[in-house]
Amino acid sequence: MAPQIQTRSRLRSRISRLSDTNLLTSITVAVFIVMYLCAILFLQRGFLKPQTFFNMLNANAALVIMSCGLTLVMITGGIDISVGGVTALVSMCSAVYLDYHGGNLFGALLISLGIGLAFGLVQGYLVAYLEIQPFIVTLAGMFFARGMTTIVHSEPFNVAHQGLVALKDTRISIPFLGSFNKRGDFIPAYMEIGVLAVIAVTAGLFAVLKWTKTGRNFYAVGGSRQSALMLGINVKRTVFLSHLICSLLAGLGGFVFFIHVGSGSPAHASGYEMNAIASSIIGGTMLTGGVGNVIGTFFGVMSLALIQNIVSSVGFDQPWWTGITIAVMLCLFLIVQSIIIVKRKQSNQSEPSANAEKG
Amino acid sequence: MTEKTVLRKQESWISSILRHQIIIPIAALLLLSLFNLIADPSFFCITLGHNSAGNPVLSGNLITIIDCGSELAILAIGMTLVTAASGGQDISVGAAIAISGSVIIRVLCGTNTRPDTLQAPIIVAFLVACLVAMAFGAFNGALVAFFRIQPMVATLILFTAGRSIAAWINNNELPVISDESFTYFGGYLPGIPIPTPFFIALLCYLITWAVLKFTTLGLYVQSVGINEKTAHLNGLNPVLIKLATYILLGLCVAVCGLIKVSRISTINYSVIAKDIEMDAILAVALGGNSLSGGKFNMSASILGAYVIQFLTTTLYKFNVQSDALSAYKAVVVIVLVVLSAPSVREKLSALVRKLHTSGQTTPAA
Repeated sequence: MAPQIQTRSRLRSRISRLSDTNLLTSITVAVFIVMYLCAILFLQRGFLKPQTFFNMLNANAALVIMSCGLTLVMITGGIDISVGGVTALVSMCSAVYLDYHGGNLFGALLISLGIGLAFGLVQGYLVAYLEIQPFIVTLAGMFFARGMTTIVHSEPFNVAHQGLVALKDTRISIPFLGSFNKRGDFIPAYMEIGVLAVIAVTAGLFAVLKWTKTGRNFYAVGGSRQSALMLGINVKRTVFLSHLICSLLAGLGGFVFFIHVGSGSPAHASGYEMNAIASSIIGGTMLTGGVGNVIGTFFGVMSLALIQNIVSSVGFDQPWWTGITIAVMLCLFLIVQSIIIVKRKQSNQSEPSANAEKG
Repeated sequence: MTEKTVLRKQESWISSILRHQIIIPIAALLLLSLFNLIADPSFFCITLGHNSAGNPVLSGNLITIIDCGSELAILAIGMTLVTAASGGQDISVGAAIAISGSVIIRVLCGTNTRPDTLQAPIIVAFLVACLVAMAFGAFNGALVAFFRIQPMVATLILFTAGRSIAAWINNNELPVISDESFTYFGGYLPGIPIPTPFFIALLCYLITWAVLKFTTLGLYVQSVGINEKTAHLNGLNPVLIKLATYILLGLCVAVCGLIKVSRISTINYSVIAKDIEMDAILAVALGGNSLSGGKFNMSASILGAYVIQFLTTTLYKFNVQSDALSAYKAVVVIVLVVLSAPSVREKLSALVRKLHTSGQTTPAA
């Protein structure tokens, strides 16, 4: 009996020693792994194939990049709901540039990043220096981007540019991972070109957030603006930078999205802003700011993709089930988050007093 | 000496008007009207005609504005309360309208998708829709009030799921209601040439005005929005008040749902009330209300809603595609918020003062 209590209390103290960021990230990763294991155990064997995982990654590469940028903004305590609109605008502009103006892929990439940069500069300036609510600014940004997409070209069309088609079909096979088909041949798993961008962005942002001064500034500003100001952090510049990076990543994500779908349409990426916010939250980013991690966001996106996959393979394949399951999942995570944070606050408050009594 | 005091009095009178909240939507309205007057005075022309049923109806851009702006005005009532109490906005209203519209159609049609007669009285369908919408409002409110989730994120849940739930209620079918009395709510009452939604909005406004005037709801909502802890110390229950505002918004949503489905006698789950959440938030912002909660002005919000519709109609007049509408709206919104940003305002007023003093000194010199 006694050792059991001891291990429990040791576990509890270990959990309470974890920072909020790490705790929420570990919950997300654990949930993702448990869901995947359940899917392998109780559903078809398809989930055992590595390709299932990589398919989810391929399809959601753009979403991961966008969500990482959004996480950065959310860490500083802001929000950006223009990412979906920027994606649609970027893919439409790239498509028009490639097909109607005989452009090349490098130019399209530059256009994508340029659009992202422009959005980031304007939105960042309005939010950081004019101190307008980020929600309203980026709402207008989303409206503007969606409207501009229609103005640039109103009809959806497929891009016939050869370079793009080649890029779209580029498959990077992964050594040692794969499955045997019915004839017993080994088929290696593959990933698309966008996944490389995902890896680069996730790793880069993780390193910046963890080990650089600028990265720590984001957490400081999100945790408490007042304290950050007193510590001598340039709060306005940090907020500006977060919006700039977010929009820039939205531009990059838009280009990756464009490579994945190979077409331009005003209806592209509709609802992506909500998916991006949902994945960031599921990944353990708190909207109050100061808590979050891009690794968690990555698993947030994958959890969303996985749950959609599971729901459709269970047989609920009517279109409305996707929306409902995402909503239920978001709801659960939000409630779990708020309960954990409240509990920890209580225990943090009671702990010092308990220690004081002992002393 | 006396001249100076008079001048100062005049100045303070002007600045007090300028500082009044309702000046923002009125200024926007005047600006838009002026623009239309210069561009095409026929914009304001109203004609009396007859609709297909032979009833006299007024038509014209202004009538369209008070007709289509009414849902937005009704929503703005609830949205203002929610914004004031919780310092955040409900972005699920469009989805919730789809749900309540779907419920109304479901109750009226029963199991048949093309009924010749209504399966239930309209009032019953409306009350059921009210209950459902208020339940969803209570769900949002509970997340915000009990679990302390930011309103925008809490309502994101219903925003993602709402239209799916609406489709689910009717098995993704598109029932059509052929009963004529159902079209009255979104169209015209026989013999009255002014569209009914305007009267519904007026009724809602009067009720809200009376409630705010004769009960302490408005005061409570503002005090919770300004400082939750102080409100709590003063014996208010912030949780209940926040919950109440979300439930009231649910009621507004149900009314909008009735008008929306009555307009077309059927429902399109993905299109009904599309982007209306954005317009409703803009209406609150345009009314000069702080989006982070606290004091509010209901009349300014409602006027803001009609100004938004004015803008929409103006843009349609200039042959702007309905999908491209949002780009222009966004520019207008950005200009508005930039002008109302505190730092810009300070600079502007400094500039005005500078001009004023230089204007005074020049004639003297």
